[in-house]
Amino acid sequence: MGIGKPLEGTYGIMAEFNDPQSLLDAANAAREAGYKELDAYSPFPIHGLSDAIGFGHTKLSGIILAMGLLGGFSGYFMCWYANVITYPLNIGGKPFSPWPAWVPITFECTILFAAFGAVLGMLALNGLPMPYHPVFNVKRFENASRDRFFLVIQSRDPKFDVDSVYKFMDTLKPREVVDVPW
Amino acid sequence: MAEKDQHPQHEIRPTTQAAPIPARFIPSPMLEPGHNFASVTDHISSIVLRRKMPLGWMVLFFAGLMGVGILGLTVTKLVFVGVGIWGINHPVGWGFDILNFVWWIGIGHAGTLISAILLLLRQEWRTSINRFAEAMTLFAVAAAGLYPALHTGRPWYDFWLFPYPNTMGIWPQFKSPLMWDVFAVSTYATVSLLFWYVGLVPDLATLRDRSRSKVGRFVYGMMSLGWRGSAKHWHRYEHAYLLLAGLSTPLVLSVHTIVSFDFAVSQLPGWHATFFPPYFVAGAVYAGFAMVLTLAIPARKLFKLEDFITMRHLENMGKVMMATGMMVFYSYIMEAFFSFYSGNTFERFMWTNRVTGPYWKMYALLIVCNGLAPQLMWFKRCRTSTTWLMIGAMFSNLGMWLERFVIIPTSLHRDFLPSSWGMYHGTIWDWGMYIGSMGLFCFLLALFLKFLPMISIFEVRTMLPEAQAHAEEH
Repeated sequence: MGIGKPLEGTYGIMAEFNDPQSLLDAANAAREAGYKELDAYSPFPIHGLSDAIGFGHTKLSGIILAMGLLGGFSGYFMCWYANVITYPLNIGGKPFSPWPAWVPITFECTILFAAFGAVLGMLALNGLPMPYHPVFNVKRFENASRDRFFLVIQSRDPKFDVDSVYKFMDTLKPREVVDVPW
Repeated sequence: MAEKDQHPQHEIRPTTQAAPIPARFIPSPMLEPGHNFASVTDHISSIVLRRKMPLGWMVLFFAGLMGVGILGLTVTKLVFVGVGIWGINHPVGWGFDILNFVWWIGIGHAGTLISAILLLLRQEWRTSINRFAEAMTLFAVAAAGLYPALHTGRPWYDFWLFPYPNTMGIWPQFKSPLMWDVFAVSTYATVSLLFWYVGLVPDLATLRDRSRSKVGRFVYGMMSLGWRGSAKHWHRYEHAYLLLAGLSTPLVLSVHTIVSFDFAVSQLPGWHATFFPPYFVAGAVYAGFAMVLTLAIPARKLFKLEDFITMRHLENMGKVMMATGMMVFYSYIMEAFFSFYSGNTFERFMWTNRVTGPYWKMYALLIVCNGLAPQLMWFKRCRTSTTWLMIGAMFSNLGMWLERFVIIPTSLHRDFLPSSWGMYHGTIWDWGMYIGSMGLFCFLLALFLKFLPMISIFEVRTMLPEAQAHAEEH
């Protein structure tokens, strides 16, 4: 809105439901009807909903593992580099390179990096922060964070056609079906 | 009945079948019946958005503000004069600073335990109290962090604690437990903050959508990062949240373990003990649950949250308090046992001095607080009475402070050489800073209650019966 050139048409068509079961059934029906560019919105996580809209896998675990390993290696490297290579300290004749003494810091760095991987990875994959999104243009969408459940078929779906989507949405017995303007 | 007639060989005795389950075996609900998605959302968000704060909140806020003033005063004096204003001297060089640090850090542990470990154990009752307990963790860690930062004497050089390439060419000594502590506590504070914030994001979106003021919509909108509850987002969100819980669980155990290494790695009788890590972790959980009870009981009353924080929650917390209290007491017994079993004169003297020496009153009170008081929780009448729970929690708050006092000054004050024996007392500045740190804690807590939802709204929604949805077989 207002920035750049206005986009053609709508973002998609949104149906509103009263309860999680209706949304889950609707999402399954939409996928089975051949729609691919779907999204569902709910005030809490619903088990099986991401499968229903055809989204089953996330790369998050890999990111967290990689970050954790990186953290562990950096933590150990830091101790070793500082206390063996660049600034060796003789503490009561103890060895310069005692690996057990570095376990706590290695462990803490592993957790720290992995936690950042989990949070920043989740946000990045989700494309957040994103303060503006077309779905917010629908007034009733403010209830998506309260007690309503929404299904959106996006206009970029190859099967998208306003009339047929409206007709299909009506078969799902929603509370309301509306256009989502850009 | 019909089934029984068909299968006479599996006869069930009529007495067991007919007798109803006695009421005392039916757990009280985790959420009072009669709520729906809208009522849960509106009730919790209205505390932040609509309702005027009750008088009790005002008291907390202004008491906290006063405490922050005292803290400012003591810290200013400390920075200008130095740690000489404290009671520490030869032979007791570690006093209230480490004592209060350990006390606060321990309190913080219950928050992570409730939010992470109970999540992994699928203890659904944690849902109503986890946000509150996590906030408590953060503020307790903030209060704890003051002490190591200020006890250095020259806090403007505190960045020397962290490894960074500098023109002096020096690096920290990573073999030292004090360096481990720097990493453990800073990691703990960071990860707790991340965990808490991630949990808040969907609720901040609720506040954004429910707020009537422009400022509220803008601020909550920015803080919620544009959360819109997409199923794809929830999928990754739950994944991240679960893994964060999995990461926080060993973290919380490691933090108090490393805090205990500050003592256990030394050679001092009374500190040099292998059972310190589990002893400290159990004590931390005990102290933390006591503090959650201390805060949750008045809060549920003030903000009328009895529907969400039910007797079931309070009773469970009482049980955890009792179990961990007895672990702590077991450690006291083991401490006594090992001091004699070691055959070491100094170990034996240290324990005898702890119990019968000049600080014997502290030890006796410690046994009352952490040995006897938790036994109250054996009785269901005590576990289900807010008054008795509050009394029990107060005993353990005091008891855990005394425990650290007993560990720290009494191990130090009678050195190996009788000529260097001495006594330790906190000065007015020690007490001022302790009261000040409590003020900071209350002040931050009051701000949290005012501006953020104290119960995780989206997680409470998932506990409602109508939240259950099942995909059809296809």
